Amino acid sequence: MEKRVVFRSWWLPLLLLAPQLAVTLVFFVWPAGQALYQSVFVEDAFGTSVEFVGAQNFLALFKDQYYGHAFGVTAVFSVCVAALGLSVSLLLAVFADRILRGGRLYKTMLIWPYAVAPAIAGVLWLFMFDPSVGVVAWLLKQIGLDWNHLLNGRQAMTLVVFAAAWKQVSYNFIFFVAGLAAIPKSLIEAAAIDGAGPVRRFIDIVFPLLTPTTFFLLVVNVIYAFFDTFGVIDAVTSGGPSKATEILVFKVFQDGFKGQDYGGAAAQSVILMAIVIALTVAQFRYVEKKVNY
Amino acid sequence: MATVELRGVRKSYGAGRNALEVIHGIDAQITDGEFIVLVGPSGCGKSTLLRMVAGLEDITAGEIAIGGRVVNQLEPKDRDIAMVFQNYALYPHMSVMQNMAYGLKIRGVAAAEIETRVNRAAAMLELTPFLARKPRDLSGGQRQRVAMGRAIVRNPQVFLFDEPLSNLDAKLRVQTRMELQKLHREFGTTSLYVTHDQVEAMTLGQRLVVMNAGVAEQIGAPMEVYAKPASTFVAGFIGSPSMNLISGEVRDGLFHTGIDAGALSMSLPAPPPRNGPLILGVRPEHLTPADAATARLTMRVDMVEALGADSYAYGEGALPGTHLVARLGNAGGAAVGTILPFTFAAEHIHWFDPATGRRI
Amino acid sequence: MVENRPWLTLLSHIVLVLGVATVAFPVYLTFVASTLSAQEVLDVPMRMLPGSHLIENYGHVLSKGVGGGTPLAKLMFNSLVSALIIAIGKIAISILSAYAIVYFRFPGRMFCFWLIFMTLMLPVEVRILPTYKIVADLGMLDTYAGLTVPLIASATATFLFRQFFLTIPEELLEAARIDGAGAMRFFWDVVLPLSKANIAALFVILFIYGWNQYLWPLLITTREDMYTAVIGIRRLMSGGDAATEWNLVMTTAMLAMLPPALVVILMQRWFVKGLVDSEK
Repeated sequence: MEKRVVFRSWWLPLLLLAPQLAVTLVFFVWPAGQALYQSVFVEDAFGTSVEFVGAQNFLALFKDQYYGHAFGVTAVFSVCVAALGLSVSLLLAVFADRILRGGRLYKTMLIWPYAVAPAIAGVLWLFMFDPSVGVVAWLLKQIGLDWNHLLNGRQAMTLVVFAAAWKQVSYNFIFFVAGLAAIPKSLIEAAAIDGAGPVRRFIDIVFPLLTPTTFFLLVVNVIYAFFDTFGVIDAVTSGGPSKATEILVFKVFQDGFKGQDYGGAAAQSVILMAIVIALTVAQFRYVEKKVNY
Repeated sequence: MATVELRGVRKSYGAGRNALEVIHGIDAQITDGEFIVLVGPSGCGKSTLLRMVAGLEDITAGEIAIGGRVVNQLEPKDRDIAMVFQNYALYPHMSVMQNMAYGLKIRGVAAAEIETRVNRAAAMLELTPFLARKPRDLSGGQRQRVAMGRAIVRNPQVFLFDEPLSNLDAKLRVQTRMELQKLHREFGTTSLYVTHDQVEAMTLGQRLVVMNAGVAEQIGAPMEVYAKPASTFVAGFIGSPSMNLISGEVRDGLFHTGIDAGALSMSLPAPPPRNGPLILGVRPEHLTPADAATARLTMRVDMVEALGADSYAYGEGALPGTHLVARLGNAGGAAVGTILPFTFAAEHIHWFDPATGRRI
Repeated sequence: MVENRPWLTLLSHIVLVLGVATVAFPVYLTFVASTLSAQEVLDVPMRMLPGSHLIENYGHVLSKGVGGGTPLAKLMFNSLVSALIIAIGKIAISILSAYAIVYFRFPGRMFCFWLIFMTLMLPVEVRILPTYKIVADLGMLDTYAGLTVPLIASATATFLFRQFFLTIPEELLEAARIDGAGAMRFFWDVVLPLSKANIAALFVILFIYGWNQYLWPLLITTREDMYTAVIGIRRLMSGGDAATEWNLVMTTAMLAMLPPALVVILMQRWFVKGLVDSEK
């Protein structure tokens, strides 16, 4: 889409673009370039000499069992967060769409968690599940489940998954509600006259027509799980116990800042960049197709 | 026997003090196989009434019976009806074939049977080449036919049409109208059809229900509604251009319009039903040219619409503020500003009570 | 009625109430904890009803911080400044860029467009280390500038405005031109007023984005009095040997959550509309 009528000046637009371009170049392009650059170097412990090592950092990563482990952890984490976040929000959106009274109130109450920072969400859930003072931890003990996420890797993963998904439910909810509202009411009525009950209608009509929204949210949720959840991990488990919850982005932080392995961390950043680009491109392509829908 | 009966049907929105009644008691008996048209201006409640028959809106009071059984509590799918929507409501992600087959599939009809029925309906509606296409690849007229096909394959007791032709262009509308008539002759299914277009109503309906503000003003065959409108509303709504309505008073055998100095008296060709305030109605085509001596009313021409076969003159009557329309034969044309004298016959007069608007 | 199953409506309400409860439960607990004394909060199980120390806790945390740290009021102020600069800065920069890209033809236009689009694919976490180095080299650590400027040039806002501008009818510009308006006049008098709804929605989204920033402020602030409210909490919990004062931690959490939540609730309608539109 282009405008037919435009202004002809050449210096004014560049002036208008200057601030954004400046910040983009200084804080985006340059660091990305730096990351690429650094990923092919190895610095020694004191930072005094750098050595070009080509793809060595990358190869080292592929061989590194901790990296592979982090990859696995991230994969499990994202799938769980996305699955939980999407299914719960879809359920709530479908029911919210059905009722006539109180809809506005329910929607307000379900939307505001969007405002909560992931790190704070982590802290809230940590408080509930803390082995010594957490209410839910206590409840679980009462029914015989010994909860201690500080020691049990599986439980730690469960905790961060819930904390991360909890926050995303409201974001997904907003989009599902909008997607459901966009389905013309006459389609639902036609299906009802055709004889389809609520469940049948959901499977045959509603869900297929929600596919664009679902796909979009899937990509967004996965990207969220990859990156924005740093705060959750840092606040709740710091990647532990024993790296059970060390997701990729957290590992970059650990290795780069704490471990001072700049080359390795840079290589990890580059790989993460590639993943995000792939996901974004896939989503953009799909949206383009959807526009003709 | 697919009769449809409406007995004292009412609809309100809201409850208690805030309740807004939009349908004020409709009674109608629709016989088996009848094609009945609900016609009226926007907001008169015709679509609401149709949707109540379909089961898409609740019935606040009264009863609706289809085929003899009361359906108030029945869900749409149990009422054995099919509906054609204004915006077609085709499932966009399914092919034409799947769209038409959907209702049958849900009811567990055998696949072979489904295929037979769909193919037959498609052939009838000339949709066979499009069976594999999706709705977005079809034109408006084709989509509407798919919507009709979806209703046909179900073989229901009643067809419900909710302004199905509104989204089509003028030429397509005429074409589709003829197809609808053809289908009705073929199938003979009882049909309820909603439209705001009185031309559609007159040409399609075996009987009309003329609605205004939630009330059925008249129920009758098209020519009857045209020839004997039951109220000023029906008189003005059916027939284009609308009937001329003149308010006045009958005294001493003359029809007086206006007061004091500006008053006019019109002589009448037949005795009026009673004295006192009345509304006189006469259709544009029943105003015949007269000479100045025998004229009952005159009109100063403001505008002439020449439509080819006919021309209509619009203007002001002798009494300022009365607007009149007269049909001039195709020989007629009249210059703007001319005063045309007219007369009319006794059998073409309609009398209405000014207080109620009802026919006398 | 579509269908006549009142129990389905009842079920809907039940599910929704459960949903709201689940969503609200963690926050409710937090609120209760923030009103208890340090001893009461350690009780197992913690009581479910609010206690009596609300004013005491909130006052303490705001003025004296937790564990002798910086008063939370200062941290919240940092968050506020940071969030406002990010929100307003992003809006201002993006709307100008979008205007330039849509309403002008100049060499390099598509190049600029793709350059900006690229930034969509690079969340801050990915370029974190080199960006940190640049900021440090520029001497922007522990400054508001350092907290905000690197986050200001993301493309989502530019995209939203671009999409919106493309829907503005051509005739408006033609009429304005006939009336004698130049490019910036047209922007100020026509485009900007038309964009009010989008600006409001974006403000909510970006304010929350700015307020909730975590990784970036964590890295570039070393002085405690430059922390933001959100990372302040994190710092509170790596107390080490001393027992975590949960009641105060929860008070801090409540306060840190409050401003964004208020913004969302008060501007809900614009926010929802803007969020949905921006991703189309």
